[in-house]
Amino acid sequence: MIKYKISHTTTYEYDSPVAVCQNVLYLTPRSTPSQSCSYHRLTVRPVPTSPHRRTDYFGNTASLFSLSTGHRKLQITAHSTVEITERTLPPDASTAAWETVRDALPQNRTEMGLGDYQFCFPSPRVPILPELADYGQRSFTPHRPIVEAFRELTQRIHTDFTYDPVATNVNTTIAEAFEKKLGVCQDLAHVMIGCLRPLGLAARYVSGYLRTHQLEGRPRLVGADASHAWVSLYCGEHGWIDADPTNALLPSMEHITVAWGRDFGDVCPVSGMFVGGGSHRLSVAVDVAPVSD
Amino acid sequence: MTRVPAKPASPLANNIFGNYSSLTGAYDELLDSAGAIRPSWRPFAEAVDGLGREELSRRWQQAQEEVRENGITYNAYEDVNGNTRPWELDAIPLVISPEEWMELAVGLRQRAELLDRVLRDLFGPQTLLQRGLLPADWLFSHPGVHREFHRHGVRDSRFLHLYAVDLARAPDGRWWIAGDRTDAPLGIGYALENRVVMSRMLPKVIRECRVERLASFFIALRTTLSELASHRASPRIVILSHGPTGPNYFEDAYLARYLGYTLVEGGDLTVRDDHVFMKTLAGLLPVDVIFRRLSDEYCDPLELGGDPALGVPGLLQATRLGNVAVANSLGSSIVESPSLIPFLPRISREWMGEELLLPSSATWWCGQKQAQAEVRSRLGKVSVRAAFRVGRMETPPPESLWSKSAEELSRLIESRPRDLIGQERVSRSCSPVWRGGECVSQHVALRVFLVAAEDSYHVMPGGLVCVADSSAPLDLSVLAGDVSKDTWVLSHTPVPPVTLLSSGRHAVPLRRSGAELPSRVADNLFWLGRRLERAQNACRLLRPVVSRLTSESGSETLPDLAALVHCLAQHGLIEPGFAVEPMRSLLPTIGQVLPTSMLDATQPGSLRSMFTAAHNNAALVRDRLSLDSWRVLHRVQREFETIGDASLFGLPELLDLLNDLIGDLAAFDGLIGESMTRTPAWRFLELGRRLERSLHTIGLVQSLFAAASANDTRALEAALEVADSIMTYRSRYLAGVNLAPVLDLLLTDETNPRSLVYQLEAISEHVENLPRDESQPLRGADQRIALSMLHSARMLDLDALQEYRTATKPSALERALGRLSTQLPKLSDLIGHRYLIHADVPRQMSESRRTT
Repeated sequence: MIKYKISHTTTYEYDSPVAVCQNVLYLTPRSTPSQSCSYHRLTVRPVPTSPHRRTDYFGNTASLFSLSTGHRKLQITAHSTVEITERTLPPDASTAAWETVRDALPQNRTEMGLGDYQFCFPSPRVPILPELADYGQRSFTPHRPIVEAFRELTQRIHTDFTYDPVATNVNTTIAEAFEKKLGVCQDLAHVMIGCLRPLGLAARYVSGYLRTHQLEGRPRLVGADASHAWVSLYCGEHGWIDADPTNALLPSMEHITVAWGRDFGDVCPVSGMFVGGGSHRLSVAVDVAPVSD
Repeated sequence: MTRVPAKPASPLANNIFGNYSSLTGAYDELLDSAGAIRPSWRPFAEAVDGLGREELSRRWQQAQEEVRENGITYNAYEDVNGNTRPWELDAIPLVISPEEWMELAVGLRQRAELLDRVLRDLFGPQTLLQRGLLPADWLFSHPGVHREFHRHGVRDSRFLHLYAVDLARAPDGRWWIAGDRTDAPLGIGYALENRVVMSRMLPKVIRECRVERLASFFIALRTTLSELASHRASPRIVILSHGPTGPNYFEDAYLARYLGYTLVEGGDLTVRDDHVFMKTLAGLLPVDVIFRRLSDEYCDPLELGGDPALGVPGLLQATRLGNVAVANSLGSSIVESPSLIPFLPRISREWMGEELLLPSSATWWCGQKQAQAEVRSRLGKVSVRAAFRVGRMETPPPESLWSKSAEELSRLIESRPRDLIGQERVSRSCSPVWRGGECVSQHVALRVFLVAAEDSYHVMPGGLVCVADSSAPLDLSVLAGDVSKDTWVLSHTPVPPVTLLSSGRHAVPLRRSGAELPSRVADNLFWLGRRLERAQNACRLLRPVVSRLTSESGSETLPDLAALVHCLAQHGLIEPGFAVEPMRSLLPTIGQVLPTSMLDATQPGSLRSMFTAAHNNAALVRDRLSLDSWRVLHRVQREFETIGDASLFGLPELLDLLNDLIGDLAAFDGLIGESMTRTPAWRFLELGRRLERSLHTIGLVQSLFAAASANDTRALEAALEVADSIMTYRSRYLAGVNLAPVLDLLLTDETNPRSLVYQLEAISEHVENLPRDESQPLRGADQRIALSMLHSARMLDLDALQEYRTATKPSALERALGRLSTQLPKLSDLIGHRYLIHADVPRQMSESRRTT
């Protein structure tokens, strides 16, 4: 078990005063079988007039607030304490054939089953593209154990893509990222989801953090000083298993899950609208440090 | 096409329906299979035969004229130039018997209740998916299903308040459902307007036939909307429109006026602390209910994305907290997608325990394997179209699929099965349509409306009929058809009069205020005032010029024209070159140039452009103008549009036009003066007008000096003519025309409604009465400048005219006028900043992107 203290600060600075703004935040870490959030506090400056929290369709905690006092600077800080317990993954070769998982998905019409099945469908930022389907199919050969194929696809994307923080922006389509084989974690996660869903599998986008300070002797992970994104795949009896194509690994103790959805659009950490303000600058700072009790 | 001639049911029928014959293969609304007029149509046939063909034609033409005068338009396909098609109404209604209607209404109510329940379930517990009555694939593939619409824990509130159904009658006489509209259905305003026009056209016929009135439907609509905010004694209800670029702005404005609600656009509303407010001159006013005409897809750019200029950021959260009610509820649009149709019969049977009473066109959703195979085996027999409608749009758009071959369609279905459906074509019935003095048979489709009432729905006893060729696929909306018809649902008993005005079950608190004026509307009224006055001034300037150019004396009267030509050039009505001496040689050219340049729609300074700009402003505030005043403006606009080739227009024709225009614009002023209540809306219209007239008068006097015609009798006379003060002058001064008395009339006479002082007095009074913060002890900048101008105009010293004037040194009077002419635009700006400037359009924050 590892306990992390996380701080995530988002700052907007404006050239002229903003009269009104409304925001939606996805900054509260979820609780999962291997993760529990023991402390969470959201601080917004200036102090908002009407903060609300709601549980969204996917079970994430969304925070909404609005400001109607003029301001030139908006700072949103989330402090969280999260405990991660190690999750033992099944040996890859022992997992079910991916077709078995695929065929069972539409059969389960319970609330939970539908909750999994919904991630089989295209979403606004991850449309169905034949080229991605082909790319994914190469790892998902007939009767291959699902986790084995999943791990290979993760590795392939990592190998084929070049991490490039300037080649893409928040509105880059997956078709473009796939064609250029460039991008950041968000692009890679979208591409990977776009490979999995055409196979009939349920794949979701996970928003979260990476441990910032690595153990000595181990390389620092890419994306450790900002928020991170990876992919989760429904693997039948083993439930949802995560994979991080940016770092070519299946996360265990160093990824902290905040929220999941069909794609980035469902779980954007900070989004909002404002009136006034002129041009604005955004800066983000994330720190994820292990603490001992 | 073979036609079955109508057998005369009575000798009278020969008159109107005599040569009428049905279309083969279609159910005929008028004639039975034996060719006799159906019993339900007999009262109509007899009544209308009593009128005779000629009288019917005459009244129909009159009715069409009225439609055009009222400016009823429908922008079916959004036109980049904002061109709108006039609404075309047929002389013959669709007549439906009471028995048939009752049966239809039961089926429609059943469907409305079912769709409402489906919505509540899909955004709630989703038992339909769990029980397998609706494939989960359908919901998860639907691009209009925003997960944000989902309500957790909210139960039993209604989604569907207003519902429209498109119907077509099959050859066997049964009505079939061709489509559902659950988002923000269009057409109730048009249905109402059709009825209004028909009742004027055939008042006696409509009474004798015992036609059910539509008012009961609108009373139910008002009741339903008020009850959405039952905690308030008199809730504030607004109509949220897509705005003038939307397809149905006319209808939005029409409904706002008829129902008595404020018409707003997204930018007029704002969410503060999770409550919705309307931005008005008097500040923010809370809004309780939003009757939306905007697709739910665009309602909240914060959570749903979409054009930030259309919606209201934060609206969704305000509805979640119950702080505002929206009708139809956000998310209602998802069940109007035609791909839902194949699942409804089973849902009704197994979930509601009853069979659907009304059949709908056989439809297959290609997202299911077996259905997809069905469609592919029937290509050519079924029409293929988009499975989902989102924001009133279908992707792929229907027209892109019409021309595709079976093979192309098959490939498309294979590549994107979930996005497509196959639907059997249902032929429409035919009905008589009045064409060229007789009835011809054409296909018709019917749109019927339902409004939530108590625990069920109230069906509008009537509807909107669209006449459209059978060759057009049925999947087109009713509103895309060319000609519309009124629908007459007959009653067995005499129909009691119902009116919306006397409908109140509760006493209505008296109101006199008009503060609920959105700033955007005030802005339009202000500019309407300015632009109309500008057009009027241009006419008044042009008229003496044209009349002198056409008179026998012709160019001999040159000196009196110099000042006017200078003034015309100042106002940008003619090329500045014309104002330069020597003018004599130029005059014939002015005569040639004037008609074309005045009527040229492409020149921004032309009279026509000026008027069009005013007409556009008026169109944006139609809900604030009386029908009569709108008609005046609309008629003038139509006259301009019919002019055609301006080069064929001579000076005499131009003079006629100017005379008419001056009369029409004066009529508008008169209507405003006598029938517009003295609310802030009226003050803004007046302010615009008075400001413009002040500028005009100052310019006229300045031109007199600039053209060195200040002492020319004929020039002074022309100036009096422009200022409509010549009669006053003659009655006051029997002697010839002199500068000082002319200037007194034009500038300082407080009793002359055309004088500068009169305008400034009015301006000052309006500015004093604009809504403002009463706690401020000092006058605002706008008040100060208005007072200062009034003061300096009152203090104008006409004796100072005697003061020596040189080319380099203007007189004291000219200096004073110069100061006023810079202060007036300043006042206009101050008013604009204080009251009228639109708040910025909200923008999206840059998203905190993963930089990893």
